[in-house]
Amino acid sequence: MDATFAAALATLGKAIGAGICMGIGAIGPAIGEGNAVSHALEGMARQPEMASTLRTNMIMGCAITETTGIYSLLIAFLILFVL
Amino acid sequence: MELNVTGAFIYFKLFGVIPITQTTVSSFLVAVILIFLSIFLGRNLKKKPDGKQVLVEKGVSMLYSMVEESMGAHNLHWAPFIGTIFLSSICGTFIGLTGFLRSSTADLSCVLVWAVSVSVIIWYNSISQNGFTGWLKGFTEPIVVMTPMNIISEIAQPVSMAFRHFGNVAGGGVITSILYIALSGLSSSVLNMVAANGTAAGAVLLALGVILFVVNRTRWRKTWIMILTVACAVIGLFGLLQAAGILSGVPILAFGIPAVLSCYFDLFSGFVQAFVFTLLTMVYIANSCPPPETAENAQEAA
Repeated sequence: MDATFAAALATLGKAIGAGICMGIGAIGPAIGEGNAVSHALEGMARQPEMASTLRTNMIMGCAITETTGIYSLLIAFLILFVL
Repeated sequence: MELNVTGAFIYFKLFGVIPITQTTVSSFLVAVILIFLSIFLGRNLKKKPDGKQVLVEKGVSMLYSMVEESMGAHNLHWAPFIGTIFLSSICGTFIGLTGFLRSSTADLSCVLVWAVSVSVIIWYNSISQNGFTGWLKGFTEPIVVMTPMNIISEIAQPVSMAFRHFGNVAGGGVITSILYIALSGLSSSVLNMVAANGTAAGAVLLALGVILFVVNRTRWRKTWIMILTVACAVIGLFGLLQAAGILSGVPILAFGIPAVLSCYFDLFSGFVQAFVFTLLTMVYIANSCPPPETAENAQEAA
């Protein structure tokens, strides 16, 4: 178990860890934002004159649901660059 | 080309103790810019507004209508604070585009300060309204078992606001720099490959690109032919230059793409995050200071 092997193992672990962390962390917000956008589009289709307010609220909602995705992105960066 | 993701590095330590980091410098610069702008735009206002005054009035009235709509008329005195947070967050993110400065919101300490100050305002409001014991009792609603949950949600509020804004801005920056490193690595490997076997490959590629261009000059049947032409010509030319030793090592493939990405991350998502941060500040402060119990409110409630 010499030094280079340990270092290689460490980078391997970091790569897999960051990949899984971001991969799984992206599922939830994606589904949530998909729901938000689809319902907003439904609303816009039903009432086109409300399109502008619906659009801003949709972007607000998407930005807020992205938070957990951003958490996993930060954790992935921590694993990759800081660990 | 090792990507080192570092936070804001420290320029020097004021009086040996206080570290002056990139974020301090850029946030002070943002403050100076905003102060100068407000002085410059705010003086000699005329009854009949001309060019710049119309814009400023439009912005301020939009801010006040937004605050009134989401916080109620009794909370209008918060509008300057909300405007300050919004403008300093936007300028803080966009100052990073100047190239040599680091955007102040790409540093957790800057955004966490805003979030915690919003929480302190909320605690101050609820303490001043229903007393310190009232505030503590507020944690035990609706049943005492919920107390730890309420405490956690009280802490999670500033943390989530800060991490959302910081994560978007800083994460975007890291992703753009990772892509830049990858593209310049790709371009150096491609050019070295072309330059490796002498000027033959470069010349052939360049010739192919020129021929394709001449053939399709009048009508591009398919877009991939256009892309192929440009690719062959560019790689051939730079391969030749690389072989000849001029301009070697210039990451030509990394030319446009990271800029497009930073347009999304810095401009769009920076603006959206500033808006979300401001909106959440308004909502949190609004429900921590309800309308004053005047006569018509009581009568309206009855």
